[in-house]
This record gives sequence, C-alpha cells and structure tokens, in this order.
Amino acid sequence: MVDVADEMKPADKVRNFQINFGPQHPAAHGVLRLVLELDGEVVERVDPHIGLLHRGTEKLIEAKTYLQAVPYFDRLDYCAPMNQEHAYCLAVEKLLGIEVPKRGQLIRVLYSEIGRLLSHLLNVTTFAMDVGALTPPLWGFEEREKLMIFYERASGSRMHAAFFRPGGVHQDLPRALVEDIGAFCDPFLKLVADLDALVTNNRIFKQRTVDIGIVSVDEALSWGFSGPVLRGSGAAWDLRRAQPYECYSELDFDIPVGKHGDCYDRYLVRMEEMRQSTAIMKQCVERLLKESGPVHTQDHKVAPPKRAEMKRSMEALIHHFKLYTEGFHVPEGDVYAAVEAPKGEFGVYLVSDGTNKPYRCKIRAPGFAHLQAMDFLNRGHMLADVSAVLGSLDIVFGEVDR
Amino acid sequence: MNWQDTLIQVLIILGQSLALLVALLIFIAFILLADRKIWAAVQLRRGPNVVGPFGLFQSFADLLKFVLKEPTIPSGSNKAIFLLAPLVTCVLALAAWAVVPIAQGWVIADLNVGVLYIFAISSLGVYGIIMGGWASNSKYPFLAALRSAAQMVSYEVSIGFVIITVLMCAGSLNLSEIVEAQNGRFGFLGWYWLPLLPMFVIFFVSALAETNRPPFDLVEAESELVAGFMTEYGSTPYLLFMLGEYVAIMTMCAMGTILFLGGWLSPIPFAPFTWVPGLVWFVIKLCFMFFLFAMAKAMVPRYRYDQLMRLGWKVFLPISLVAVVVVAGVLHFTGTAPQ
Repeated sequence: MVDVADEMKPADKVRNFQINFGPQHPAAHGVLRLVLELDGEVVERVDPHIGLLHRGTEKLIEAKTYLQAVPYFDRLDYCAPMNQEHAYCLAVEKLLGIEVPKRGQLIRVLYSEIGRLLSHLLNVTTFAMDVGALTPPLWGFEEREKLMIFYERASGSRMHAAFFRPGGVHQDLPRALVEDIGAFCDPFLKLVADLDALVTNNRIFKQRTVDIGIVSVDEALSWGFSGPVLRGSGAAWDLRRAQPYECYSELDFDIPVGKHGDCYDRYLVRMEEMRQSTAIMKQCVERLLKESGPVHTQDHKVAPPKRAEMKRSMEALIHHFKLYTEGFHVPEGDVYAAVEAPKGEFGVYLVSDGTNKPYRCKIRAPGFAHLQAMDFLNRGHMLADVSAVLGSLDIVFGEVDR
Repeated sequence: MNWQDTLIQVLIILGQSLALLVALLIFIAFILLADRKIWAAVQLRRGPNVVGPFGLFQSFADLLKFVLKEPTIPSGSNKAIFLLAPLVTCVLALAAWAVVPIAQGWVIADLNVGVLYIFAISSLGVYGIIMGGWASNSKYPFLAALRSAAQMVSYEVSIGFVIITVLMCAGSLNLSEIVEAQNGRFGFLGWYWLPLLPMFVIFFVSALAETNRPPFDLVEAESELVAGFMTEYGSTPYLLFMLGEYVAIMTMCAMGTILFLGGWLSPIPFAPFTWVPGLVWFVIKLCFMFFLFAMAKAMVPRYRYDQLMRLGWKVFLPISLVAVVVVAGVLHFTGTAPQ
C-alpha cells in the first residue's frame, strides 16, 4: 500500500478507500461479497459479487425427472422452502393440465403462508440486527422454531420438505396438526405486537431506516423488483391478488403497501404481511377442519395411488412403479408459472420436450433483481446504511446464486 | 521520615492497590457473567450455564481460554504498537480506580482533584483504541479507530459539563467530599440524581458512548466493521481489550454512583440501614448502574456515525451548557452554593 502511494504523483495521492464487505462479513447475509468504494464513511460505489453459492440447480434439474426436481427448490430460498416448490409444481401442473383438489390447495396455501412467516420473521428480525438490535432475532427464532415443527409434522423435515408435489401435496395433514396450527395464530400475533413495541417505534431504529435506500415505484418496476420491496414503494402488486392461483381468490386478506419506498416502509410492509398471513392461515385452518377430500390429483400417472389399493389392484401397482422409476411424461411445450414468494415473484419457466425430464428449467429469483440495485440504493449513503439496505432487501443467497 | 518509613508506606500502598485490583477483577468476572445473563434473559436464552453452578465460573474459563491461546500478530502490523494498544487500554482503565472511594475512607489516593484525574485517565483510554486500530494495518480496524477518536472526544465534552454541575453543587473536586456533600436528612432523595435529573440522564447516555456500549458501539459495530478495532486481535491482547472495556464500564458506573447516587451512603439515613457497611451500598449501586448498562445493550439498535455526532454536539452539548448556567444561577441567587 505504501509503495503504491509513493509511485503516484501528488495529485493522484488522494484516492477512495476500497473495502471488501464479505464474503466472511457478519452482516453479509450468507456469502455475498460487496466491494465498497468509500470516501471516508460515505459509499461511492457498491459492486456486488455473486456466485459463491452457485450449485448449478437449473442444470441439475435437466437430468432429473419432474418429481426428482422438487427438492432442489427447497434449497433455493431456504427460508421459505415450500413456496419455491409451489412455483415449480404450478408450472408442471400447467403443462400437464391437471387440477389440484380443493383440500390440496388449502394445504398448499396454508404452508405457503407458514413459509411467508418463516421468511419474514427471519428477515425482519435480522434486519433489526443489521442496524444493531441484537434481541429481535432471538424472539423471532422462538416462533420460527414452532413453524418449522409444523413443517416437520407435515413432511418429516424441518426445512427441505419436498411436500408440494406436482398434482397436490404429498400427504394429508393429521387433524391435530391443523388444530395446532390454528392454536398458533393468535399467540403469534402477540409476538408481532411485541416486536412492534421493541423495534417499530424505536427512535434509533427509525433514524437508521427512514429515508434510507429510497426506491420510487418507477425505479422499482424498471429494476424488476417484486414482493415487499416493490410494495414498499407503493405499488399494490401481489401475485396472490393480481393473478390469483390456488384458492387465494376465495380468501380474505389485504395487501399492505408503503408510501416512501425506504427501508422502514419495506420493514412495515413485512410486519403487516405477517399479520395478513396469519389471517389467511386462520381461514385455511377453519376450512381444513370442516372440509375433507383428496389432497392430490386422482390421476395416478402423476400422483401415487393409495397404499392399500396397491395391494389389490395390478394397475395401481404399475402406476406406483412407473411413477417412482420412470416418472411421468409431460407434454411438449413451455410454460411460466410464478407465485408470490415471501421475497417477491418467484417464477419457474419450464420447457418440456415431451420426455420425463425437463428440457430446461429457468428459475426467476426475486433476490437476484433486488441485489442488482445495491449500487444505486447505497450511493451517497454511509457505510452503516449498507447493512441496513441489504437487510431491507431480504436477500438469500440460495436463490440468488442458484 | 527515614527510608524504613518510606518503604513501609510504599508497601502499604502496594498492598492496598493489589487488594483493590484483585477484588475489582474478581468483581468484573462476575459482572461480565451478569452482563451475559441479563442479555440472555431479555433474549429468552439461558446464557452461560455450563461452567460451575449457573455458569458462575464462565468468566474464569474464558480467561484461561484466552490466556492459553496462541496470540497472532498480523505480519503487516506495527508489532510494538499492536501489542502496546491493549496494554494501554487495560492499564489506564485500571489506573482510574486509584481515586475511587468505595466506602468512607476506603480509597487508595484521596486526591483533591479526583474527578479531574478520572476524567483525564478515561479520556486517555481512547488512545488504546486508536493505536490498536492503526497498528493492525487493516481496513476495518482503521475505520473503527477514526470513528472512536471522534466519538470519544464528542461525548467527553458533555460529560465534562455534567461533572461541572455536580462540582458546583458539591463545592469540591474530591470524590469523597462529593459523596459527603450528598449526605443529608432526606436520604436518597437528597442525592444529586433528583435535583440534577437531566444531568444524570445525559451522564448515563454519555457514559454509554464513552465506553462504546450499544447504542454507541460503532467502534466495534458487528454489522458494519466486523469487530472494529479488535478485528485482528486474539488471545491475551484481545482479553486485555475486553477487560479494559469492562473496567472502564465499571469506572463509569462508579462515577455515576459517586456523583449522582450518593456513593457509599445509605439510601435511608437512619438505623438499621446506616449499620450496613458503606461498601455494600456502594456495590449495590454499582450493580444497579451496571444493570442499566446491560439493559440498554439488550434493547437498542445502533446509531449511525453522523447521528451519533449530531446527538453529541447538537443535543447534549447545548443542554449541558445551559444546565451549567442554570445550576450556577440557582446556586448563586438562592445562596445555597457551597462556600
């Protein structure tokens, strides 16, 4: 460093300070590497380097049958695994032209909203941690733990569930589980209120987040933002309402929008979305307790037949064998299906060549679009704001790097 | 005085210093544990609970761990300053305790300018951080050193004015006399925290800033500067930094206790409360002050650098300046100023 300065002419001697923010930085949310150019504490340029968690998911899926590809989606945004599976299953179902029975849809919606809580709880509380409050994450994780147990009770796995399958969901939920999820909702709202008391109205928290990293609606749209980051800027765009899938159109919930598009508004949108998700969960629980029926399609080329049936019916046995060895063939064509994942529009573009494996699977991860905005969001802000903005964008590297 | 008397005098002072030092360090070991336990309780955790009953020996286990680890010195660092920095922090922090009266007459050096001495020593503490940050020859520590220089200077100014208001009321710079000046018929209601309540608040907040505690822990801000000036430190040098930090926190708690909470005085000025040794009251008040520190850490987010400076220069400084004038005026015109 010293000899470089000596070689330069006096006029060049003043230069900006470059630091590496990550990939081993405590606030880098995983394996992000930001190269920051600082003028004192003021950020002049942010250069996000991605790809440290690249696992070639899209390419791997090309070598797997449609059913085997499901678990890869758990590992994208690992904060809300089932929401990703959902987009993939919708894409496959669109290609196959099959309908999911109502109970299956309700279970999917219920677990999508649990995923939203999982993701928002993690983001909102670690966002508070990024601006220095160390207590909220531990409060949030207490509840996340309960939600993960709901995951486990449904699918056997706390995170990588592989519970949504093309055609429905893997299994029906036991009644006790549905009741427990219902019992979870109201106490959970109390925790949200506690978080509000600790964080939302905290003067320091407001000073750190209000008017930081402002995005206007136009900018948000042209950068391809979606989810809470877009809604924080004031656009009421939510795929659950804008192009309803599953049974969202039958459910009653609100889409919160922000006004200023700053970090604080994005935070508030997420807080309100948690309340709305809880409301959706309650409606699903109520209906699941009343209605019964199959949870996946009865087309046994796509969904397995009942165990008992396999003991008696030759056809069922063949179906089961073919499904778990060869998989199912999907008609030729291409399709794009998207869900409102907690972080924004999570889409899957599938190209099928008529075989049992996807020809191409392109994944549209919301975090990828958000991350590219780091430079224009942070320019002119201070070093401490970088972690605040990063936290408010809700970036998870599983889906950004894929 | 012949040389034997001098020798005995020196030995006595040495013994006293050693006794205070050992007592202080053991006290800090438990204060550290208390800090972690309080923090854990707020966060719905258990905190350290493995080493000894309720984790009571956790701090000693940590001490062993740090001491037995191999110290690493970055090859690009300035080695002498790199190792000197934690020593400076720790020694200066401990040196401040020489003038702290922990009970009536229990003080190693009963200086007439005790307040100034503590003020001066705690101001010097920032040098340890600047040296450590600079000598590491690393970017995060360097930024932290810059931050801490500005931060400490800003808050020292307002702490200075807060102390001046207390001095005007007490009429002495001697810490023991400041405590005695609070001894009145009304017990704890007569201590300076009540008449000088705004000053007590400013003192507490400035003390947080002075000791780099949240919400002013910009110097070691985890989400921005990794570990700040301590990023390159490990093992014993790191231990010395941590120790120095906690000793400085205790010094600030002791200052608060002496200036505003009546030092070793009993809160209720009649028997049987006055039978309780002064040391006990002092320690209780110290723990109370520390509890406030610990709760602040558990609750608040962190200020940004410019906000911290704004708070120091644009809010605390004017308020404390006005307070000095107001207190002086009230003392002058009511004739209650100490002679």
